[in-house]
Amino acid sequence: MSAVPATPQEPAKTRDLLAALGRILALDSLLSEREQTAPFDCDGLAAFRQAPLAVTLPQTEEQVRAILQLCSKSGVPVVARGAGTGLSGGAMPCADGIVLSLAKLNRILEIDPVACIARVQPGVRNLGVSEAAAPYGLYYAPDPSSQIACTIGGNVAENSGGVHCLKYGLTVHNVLGLRGYTIDGEPLAFGGAALDTAGLDLLALTIGSEGLLVVVTEVTLKLVPKPKLAQVVMASFDDVVKAGDAVAAIIAAGIIPAGLEMMDRKATNAVEPFVKAGYDLTAEAILLAESDGTPGEVADEITQLEQVVRAAGSTQCVVSRSEAERLRFWSGRKNAFPAAGRVSPDYYCMDGTIPRKHLGRVLRAIEDMEKKYSLRCMNVFHAGDGNLHPLILFDANQPGEWQRADQFGAEILELCVELGGTITGEHGVGIEKINSMCVQFSPQERDAFFAVKHAFDPGGLLNPGKAIPALARCAEYGRMHVHRGQLPFADLPRF
Amino acid sequence: MEAALAQMRDRIVAAHRAKSPLRLRGAGTKDFYGESVAGEPLDTRCHSGIIDYEPTELVITVRCGTPLSVIEATLAERGQFLPFEPPAFGADPTIGGVIAAGLSGPRRAFAGAARDFVLGASLLDANGELLHFGGQVMKNVAGFDVSRLLCGSLGILGLITQVSLKVLPKPRAEATLRFEQDAGKAFDSFNRLRSRPLPISATCWHDGIVHIRLSGSPSALRAARESLGGAMLDNDAAQTWWQALRNQTHAFFSDAAAPGQRLWRLSVPPAAPLDVSAVDLFEWSGALRWMVSDLPADTVRARVEKIGGSATLWRGHDDATMFHPLAPATLALHQRLKRQFDPHGIFNRGRLVRGL
Repeated sequence: MSAVPATPQEPAKTRDLLAALGRILALDSLLSEREQTAPFDCDGLAAFRQAPLAVTLPQTEEQVRAILQLCSKSGVPVVARGAGTGLSGGAMPCADGIVLSLAKLNRILEIDPVACIARVQPGVRNLGVSEAAAPYGLYYAPDPSSQIACTIGGNVAENSGGVHCLKYGLTVHNVLGLRGYTIDGEPLAFGGAALDTAGLDLLALTIGSEGLLVVVTEVTLKLVPKPKLAQVVMASFDDVVKAGDAVAAIIAAGIIPAGLEMMDRKATNAVEPFVKAGYDLTAEAILLAESDGTPGEVADEITQLEQVVRAAGSTQCVVSRSEAERLRFWSGRKNAFPAAGRVSPDYYCMDGTIPRKHLGRVLRAIEDMEKKYSLRCMNVFHAGDGNLHPLILFDANQPGEWQRADQFGAEILELCVELGGTITGEHGVGIEKINSMCVQFSPQERDAFFAVKHAFDPGGLLNPGKAIPALARCAEYGRMHVHRGQLPFADLPRF
Repeated sequence: MEAALAQMRDRIVAAHRAKSPLRLRGAGTKDFYGESVAGEPLDTRCHSGIIDYEPTELVITVRCGTPLSVIEATLAERGQFLPFEPPAFGADPTIGGVIAAGLSGPRRAFAGAARDFVLGASLLDANGELLHFGGQVMKNVAGFDVSRLLCGSLGILGLITQVSLKVLPKPRAEATLRFEQDAGKAFDSFNRLRSRPLPISATCWHDGIVHIRLSGSPSALRAARESLGGAMLDNDAAQTWWQALRNQTHAFFSDAAAPGQRLWRLSVPPAAPLDVSAVDLFEWSGALRWMVSDLPADTVRARVEKIGGSATLWRGHDDATMFHPLAPATLALHQRLKRQFDPHGIFNRGRLVRGL
């Protein structure tokens, strides 16, 4: 799938823009040759590609500000970008715009072990924060699977989660403050090391806003003490619905595990040859439930967890006996995506969330959809918070397979909305789920989102076309929607 | 649409058309909170009741007029609670008021704020449209996070008609330790404790006494008690003490509310230096400090701003504003958001920011 070429603006206008950017940035921080900008055509969702006019890599806040002022004045769209690990095409460039990579703003400005905060630039890697805090016995809790590569700035844009967010929260619960700029280059600061600030909660509003409201240049993070011990219970079930019921039973028993994850048989069988985690390959589903805290606390909770999952009909139940074994049990879950890449040329990861009680119904519906679209799907699941990650396996080189995978995904998301859930739990809307937004929100609700957008960015220059669909787009989607399965012009790229 | 909701919508539509301001009000327990507000009262208590509660999903969905006491009793039946411990101020607020004010109690520094537990909210906007944001699931990043924006908005963007909140199981056990300590020593010990993996769920210093509450498994509490020392309060006394702090029925707050006095609520970075002589009570591990002071408002605010905090004139504001002034760029965003959501300024005009 090759990228759509950049929109040829009036050559003089582009030349002027590049010249002006060249006055702001060092020579190696402005990329405009096609071979230089190509790596920025997409993020982790490679099916959606677009060539930008140029890529900028500022090294200072002042340069960020100058770039924004220039783009605002010249009406040039700006797409901010971190490590590009996002899975919804949120960092895909605009044809007539520039990419603002924050990767070079990668300094940890401060670790304050007394206040338990870290002040970092947006290009710092998620795991880098925990590594820097480790000498003080502290860490940054949200741990998206991509944490080795993804940046804090990207986490803020997407309100990223992770496998421990049932107990420790999402990005929004762990970010104390932000500094950044509006599209006009006006400096802003929301929140800070203090817990309350006056006025509206613009900090919460900005987190998860997918680069549509402000460009963030500094983030204050909450650090938490590292638990003394963590252990995980791995339980097998001969039925996915029973495994789902076990999750409800754990919560009903008053336990909030540090992590609570489920994999179906297709997923365990795909990852086991790859990671050799020791999964029970005959089980229809396995559940991983982690307890952390003091040794006494963990011992109590593990005993309780074992009792609850046994009572819920677990066919086999193993407890990790060492840190190495705990990490091995998790390795399959954490490597589910690359494993999918090994068993299939391409995969498409979905991210719907449902009230957990509907798990059985959704998994059965997905099985039916596998037949309907003639594609396989394996399921990994943040069981504690109802966030599903069906991985639809396909081969982009086979004509029509990507289109079928795309429709398969959209149908899963519609079911999630129908059952009271949402089209995206943690990956964001980006460009990928923009049509599904029409299913979840009414025109009036989308107008309210545009009202927010307008208050921050009246010219609509920050990451335009992402996250919120325009009215016309939903009208078009509604027409296609009626004829699902017999999509008109099915071979045309729809995005 | 339900009758009570339709009635409120009609009032809003009429007010919008006439450009005449409304003053949204639940039980009125926080009438003191906010800048002065003009407008015809719109009582939200007609729209009351629990819509959905699924203990195993950890979510409760309630209408705005539902009394907090009803919600807490319902949760308690299933061993659950609202971890942000919203203050009730000695009466029974509605949940709409709790969320619109966005205030949190003693557990805030350890378990999170009101906004951290908001999963979804419905809003009647100035056009009388009923809008739904967020939802009833833990993880949801579809669209801007308007439901959390509404938490603490004091009703200036519209009428919150319904909220979905994350709830948690009550801690298995709790224990409260009491120490005699001067302010400086207490502050230092809060600083030391912050980075240790202890099951602390509230801390407070006042008048030479430190209270530390522990919440968690019995074995974790045992270990923490051994490591911290101090005298243990009996359960009822502890319960009463924290409730009094949470609801501000503690003598310190009633004394400070006497006419002619100014009570300041200072939200500061937890480890920011403590002016021992000035602060009367501090909680949230040092991040929330209370002070009775006659100093001019500008002086207090300049000092607090210097250490990265903000100062609310909690009681006794007359000429001074209650809330810390906003930075110009932030104020401009507030003005634009208000104009977008409420072009004629009919909702709680001026309550969060004077003139807005």
